[in-house]
Amino acid sequence: MTAKIAYDAVEVGTALPPQSFPVTRATLVRYAGASGDFNPIHWNEKFAKEVGLPDVIAHGMFTMAEAIRVVTDWVGDPGAVVEYGVRFTKPVVVPNDEEGALIEVSAKVAAKLDDGTVRVDLTATSGGQKVLGMSRAVVRLA
Amino acid sequence: MALDQSFVGRSYPPTDPYEVGREKIREFAVAIGDTNPAYTDRKAATALGHPDVIAPPTFVFAITFKAASQVVEDPKLGLDYSRVVHGDQRFVYNRPVRAGDRLSVTSTIESIKSLAGNDILDIRGEVHDEAGEPVVTAWTKLVARAPEEEA
Repeated sequence: MTAKIAYDAVEVGTALPPQSFPVTRATLVRYAGASGDFNPIHWNEKFAKEVGLPDVIAHGMFTMAEAIRVVTDWVGDPGAVVEYGVRFTKPVVVPNDEEGALIEVSAKVAAKLDDGTVRVDLTATSGGQKVLGMSRAVVRLA
Repeated sequence: MALDQSFVGRSYPPTDPYEVGREKIREFAVAIGDTNPAYTDRKAATALGHPDVIAPPTFVFAITFKAASQVVEDPKLGLDYSRVVHGDQRFVYNRPVRAGDRLSVTSTIESIKSLAGNDILDIRGEVHDEAGEPVVTAWTKLVARAPEEEA
């Protein structure tokens, strides 16, 4: 592991650079293929509405994959992530247009642990709604 | 209907090895729009101390979730999959998944709870490499919503 951020250089409260991730229907089709998750709620509007959803929604695991990029881009080495967990609180609704939806992710160092790792708490929202809860990663710093 | 508590602690046989391909990792990285070179460039990955390109942190879910289908589709457990939503997901990594890994998953039902008519199932997936060394543990919480008439 070769994190480019030094443990001694961060404090509790240090903010990581926030990022926004656009997601369109095309993004979801591509993610379905890459992940093998072909649940029609992620690409079929008619089906999604029949099961009570407002529209097609993004895969929760897609949102989880995007959110951790704020951490892996910060540390450089994705192998520095030793733990990562989220709760799926609200779906990311993806309309059938050019813009789609936007997942906005911010993160800050919440705790410095004894073994050279830090706990980073993430916040992910879309359309003003919090889409992930209890979103935390433990990362080994240099 | 509440699920049978006697399934708590039950483990399912390890899955046949899944071979992690370099191009599959690339395809996944492209799908999430992540250009980190550790996923696609062997030189960049080795410069970071990895023996080969590594997979994004959530890549392994495709493997653990497929393994969890043994639990989800166990007719004796009787989970109604059409009502299942993904509640929580957590990974603890011993090391990153990398190209060339042959990974096998052992799934265990960690807990079964019933809350307001919803069945809540926690499944632990222990991922091992071919040498039997632990690579990552995945915890997946599935919530089977109560049927409408009971809600």
